[in-house]
Amino acid sequence: MTDIDRKSLSKPHEIHTRRFGRNAGTALCLVGFCAVVFGLTVAKIQDGGLMEAHDHQPRASVLPVTEGTDQ
Amino acid sequence: MSDFTAQSSAAQAFPGAPEAGFGDYVALLKPRVMSLVVFTALVGLLVAPGGTSPMVGFTAILFIALGAGASGALNMWYDADVDAVMKRTARRPVPAGKVEPREALTLGLWLSALSVVMLGLATNWVAAGLLAFTIFFYAVVYTMWLKRATPQNIVIGGAAGAFPPVIGWAAVTGDVSIASVLMFGLIFMWTPPHFWALALFMKSDYHEAKIPMLTVTHGRAETRRQILIYTVLLAPVALALAVTSVAGPAYMATALVLNAIFLKGAWDIWRRDELAAEADGYAVEKRVFKFSLIYLFLHFGALLVDALMAPIWGGPVLGLI
Repeated sequence: MTDIDRKSLSKPHEIHTRRFGRNAGTALCLVGFCAVVFGLTVAKIQDGGLMEAHDHQPRASVLPVTEGTDQ
Repeated sequence: MSDFTAQSSAAQAFPGAPEAGFGDYVALLKPRVMSLVVFTALVGLLVAPGGTSPMVGFTAILFIALGAGASGALNMWYDADVDAVMKRTARRPVPAGKVEPREALTLGLWLSALSVVMLGLATNWVAAGLLAFTIFFYAVVYTMWLKRATPQNIVIGGAAGAFPPVIGWAAVTGDVSIASVLMFGLIFMWTPPHFWALALFMKSDYHEAKIPMLTVTHGRAETRRQILIYTVLLAPVALALAVTSVAGPAYMATALVLNAIFLKGAWDIWRRDELAAEADGYAVEKRVFKFSLIYLFLHFGALLVDALMAPIWGGPVLGLI
């Protein structure tokens, strides 16, 4: 067996077993964080009403309201 | 050393020490303190006028709790020397050698930043600013400065624990009101008698750690007197909350009964001397300490009941403020 084979990641190393709990916990936290950000995004969009980014083009909804007009 | 044979740096620093697991990093966040933070912040959020969507509310509570946990990690980083001396804290991850102090500091700083930014994005920057100030207050003002400098450490440092309902409220309303300030005041005034009752029967720990607890610097008789004083001051704050628009009949009844019991307990502590306390193994002090936990839980629980029952009960009892 070569030195590379002994260090190959494909072969479970003792450290994988030793740190399984820590790695699994970290993975769960990351997945949970992604889920929270996704859920928050959905909630914000549902509650957010009209949200339009400025696209450097005049449009009715961004023009000031003037008396006598039907904007 | 290759990555495959890597030991944690804490394991290298303390040969023979077990390597930190995920639970040790969770322990750095002081989950028991977080549970109180979650509960009081949740009540602040639910009783605030206006309401918010469940997802935003959940996110707010999550990151308020995470911010509290982050300040706990910073506390454990700075206080590792003191924690190692005290029996109650000697098995914490840093003094036990499982987690290196630098790891606790890094985790605390990153989680602080994450929680403040996420709370700001999820709710508003008033709530995020209050959370940032709370973390700063607990980690710097209390942990680094007051805790080792003055016997008033518990009094002023208790403010950090009193902020969560204010943050929960601000997460919904974007401001601070009299009701949320009174919720702050309730926890703030409750903290000294709660911890000093503990200090009376855990005396050796604080003494050996050279923490200037009131019991060490001013004596036990003075501590008993201060417990009574703060409990007397606590009662009007708790009752003042009863006249706000967030309190209903449940809170009014709870505040009246529990403050009477707490005052009686503080009176009993004040009237005793050390000989009497040692004779019965500090039974009264232990009873008052346990009661103080129930006291706070029931006050905030009653606010929650009033908020849920408001449609049936028709709003606050007085609602003067």
